[in-house]
Amino acid sequence: MAESSARSSARLQLARALVSYLEAGNENDAGDVIAELSGFGDSQLFQEIGRLTRELHDSINSFVADAKLADIAQHEMPDAAERLRYVITTTEQAANTTLSAVEESLPLADTLRSDARHLADQWERFKSRQLSVDDFRELSGELSSFLAVTQTNSEALHDKLSEVLMAQGYQDLTGQVICKVITLVNDVEGKLVELVRLSGNRARSSEGNVMEGPDDSPQGPVVPGVDKGDVVSGQDDVDDLLSSLGF
Amino acid sequence: MKILIVDDFSTMRRIIKNLLRDLGFTNTEEADDGTTALPMLQSGKYDFLITDWNMPGMQGIDLLKAVRSDAKLAGLPVLMVTAESKRDQIVEAAQAGVNGYVVKPFTAGTLEEKINKIFERVAA
Repeated sequence: MAESSARSSARLQLARALVSYLEAGNENDAGDVIAELSGFGDSQLFQEIGRLTRELHDSINSFVADAKLADIAQHEMPDAAERLRYVITTTEQAANTTLSAVEESLPLADTLRSDARHLADQWERFKSRQLSVDDFRELSGELSSFLAVTQTNSEALHDKLSEVLMAQGYQDLTGQVICKVITLVNDVEGKLVELVRLSGNRARSSEGNVMEGPDDSPQGPVVPGVDKGDVVSGQDDVDDLLSSLGF
Repeated sequence: MKILIVDDFSTMRRIIKNLLRDLGFTNTEEADDGTTALPMLQSGKYDFLITDWNMPGMQGIDLLKAVRSDAKLAGLPVLMVTAESKRDQIVEAAQAGVNGYVVKPFTAGTLEEKINKIFERVAA
C-alpha cells in the first residue's frame, strides 16, 4: 500500500513537471519525463510477469515431482492394459467352459428324453395287453438298461452343471480387476484436471501432492504380468504356508 | 447347521450357496460385507462363517478380527474364500484366527475338503 501511494505521488510529480515543461516549450525535458512515466508501467508489467512465471514454475515443478503421476505413467497404465487383458482371458475361459459343458450336456438330456419316450410307448402297449411274452422280455431288458443309463447320465449332468456353476466365478474375479482400472481412470482424470488448471494459468498448489505410503489395501486376483512379489501360486501353496504356521 | 456367506459379489455368494447345498448344507444366509454381516452374526445363531476379504465397507479380515474379539462369537469357525494371495495376507489371516483359507479361483473339491477339515477339527 505504502509502495503504491509513493508510486502515484511520484507519478503526480512527474505529470506536473511534464505540464510545466510543455508550457515552457521545453521539448527535450518533456520527452525525458514521458519516457520516465511510461517506464513505470513497464516495470509493473515485468514484475507481474515475473510473479506469474515463478508461480507457474513452482506449480509445474510440484506437478512433475508428484510421485503418483510418475507411477501412473510408468507402471499403472501398462498394468491397466495387462489387467484388461486378464479380463478378456478370464471371461473367454469361463465362456468356453460353460459352452463345452452345455454341448456335452445336451446329448445326455436328448438320450434320456428319447429313451423315456420309447419306453413310455412300449409301456402303454403292455398296459393295453398288446405285448407278446417275447416283446415283454425285450421291454424288461430295455427298462433295466434305461435305469442304468439314467443313473450314469444324471450324474454326468450334475457334474456338467457344477462346472457351469463354478465357471461363473469369473464375474467376481474380473469385477475386482475392473474396479482397480476404474480407480486408475479416476486418478488420471484428476491429474488431467490439474494439468488443465495449470495451463489455464490459474495454478494452485497441488492437493494431490501427498506422498502415499506403501499400498496395503486388498490386491484382488493375481494378474499374470502385473502382480509380482510375494504371492502364492495356488491353493497348494496356501496349504503349505498354513501348515508351516501349524495349521 | 446355519452358515453365513459374506461376499460383495452376488454371483460368488450364489456359487458358494449352491456348492454348500450340494454338500448337504441347505440353511445358508448371505451378506455383502462385514458391516452387514457382523450384526447378523451377533443376533442370529450361526455355526459357520464363509467370508471374502476384499469388500467395500468392512473387509473380511476386519470381520474376522471382530468375530474373534466378540466373546459370544469368538469360537465361530471361519473360512476365508478370497482372491487375496499375498503371503503376508495369509499369515495375517492365520494370526487373526482363521480356520481355513481358500484362494479364488477354486474348485468344488477344494471347498468341500476345507469345510470337512474344519468340521473334523471342531468336532475333535
